[in-house]
Amino acid sequence: MNVIVARNPVHAVLFLILAFVNASAIGIMLGAEFISMSLIIVYVGAVAVLFLFVVMMLDISYQQLKKSVLHNIKLGLLVGFTFWGLLVVVLAQSKFLLPSINKVGQLVQRTNTELIGLDLYTKYFFAFQMAGLILLVAMIGAIVLTLSHAKPVRRQDINKQVSRKREDGVKLVDVKLGQGVKL
Amino acid sequence: MSFAWELGLFDYLLLAAALFVIGVCGIFINRNNVINILMSIELMLLAVNINFMAFSAYLHDYAGQVFTIFVLTVAAAEAAIGLAILVSYYRHHKDINIIGISQLRG
Repeated sequence: MNVIVARNPVHAVLFLILAFVNASAIGIMLGAEFISMSLIIVYVGAVAVLFLFVVMMLDISYQQLKKSVLHNIKLGLLVGFTFWGLLVVVLAQSKFLLPSINKVGQLVQRTNTELIGLDLYTKYFFAFQMAGLILLVAMIGAIVLTLSHAKPVRRQDINKQVSRKREDGVKLVDVKLGQGVKL
Repeated sequence: MSFAWELGLFDYLLLAAALFVIGVCGIFINRNNVINILMSIELMLLAVNINFMAFSAYLHDYAGQVFTIFVLTVAAAEAAIGLAILVSYYRHHKDINIIGISQLRG
């Protein structure tokens, strides 16, 4: 899990992919096959490729970043260890408060995907549509943010072409003998 | 549906907590690099997803997995928007040092 300490950001993205694949395996162990598959498809297929694309496109020098990492590492470790201790204490206490429903395999005839779909399209239909709306907004926002008019392509302006007169393009010059034409 | 209970719920929660802490550490350690911060946020959302899946398997309730899908959606949208902002910032300023990013108005 050295996503956060890798010097080269490409390596960091590759370790992120490794972490996602591991999480997907954990999901399969937990019996959530659909989530695991969509985790691989969405993250490894889309998000990680997006990250890699941006990392390679923005070609940044990492010399000065290295210094600041050394500067921040004490604060990071302090915050990390404090938070970790807090979480472990809370988890160790809350372990006994959890209800122990441990009946294994209640003989479901349906697959995992089918059960998720049954919940998703009935109970959580509004949230499902909101998720779709969020994706739409994200897509439009990304397009608007990255659309650039810096170097416009040459377009065909039909109005300009049609309204062009003969006088705009052609000039009649009376050329005297022995003299050139001054353009 | 779920068979491997040699690993209890506690282990999964511990793993998710470790992942979350790694994400928080990542935000604090490289505060200058926006791409690394975005990756740390992805790690934290992944920890949340693992928590959701663990509790869903533990309680035999599919709501957890449904909400995992929603978290996945929001994470993907957030990554797309963040990287788009980053690209458009890079076009203007030719670097992405976060210390300089204090003016975002126009």
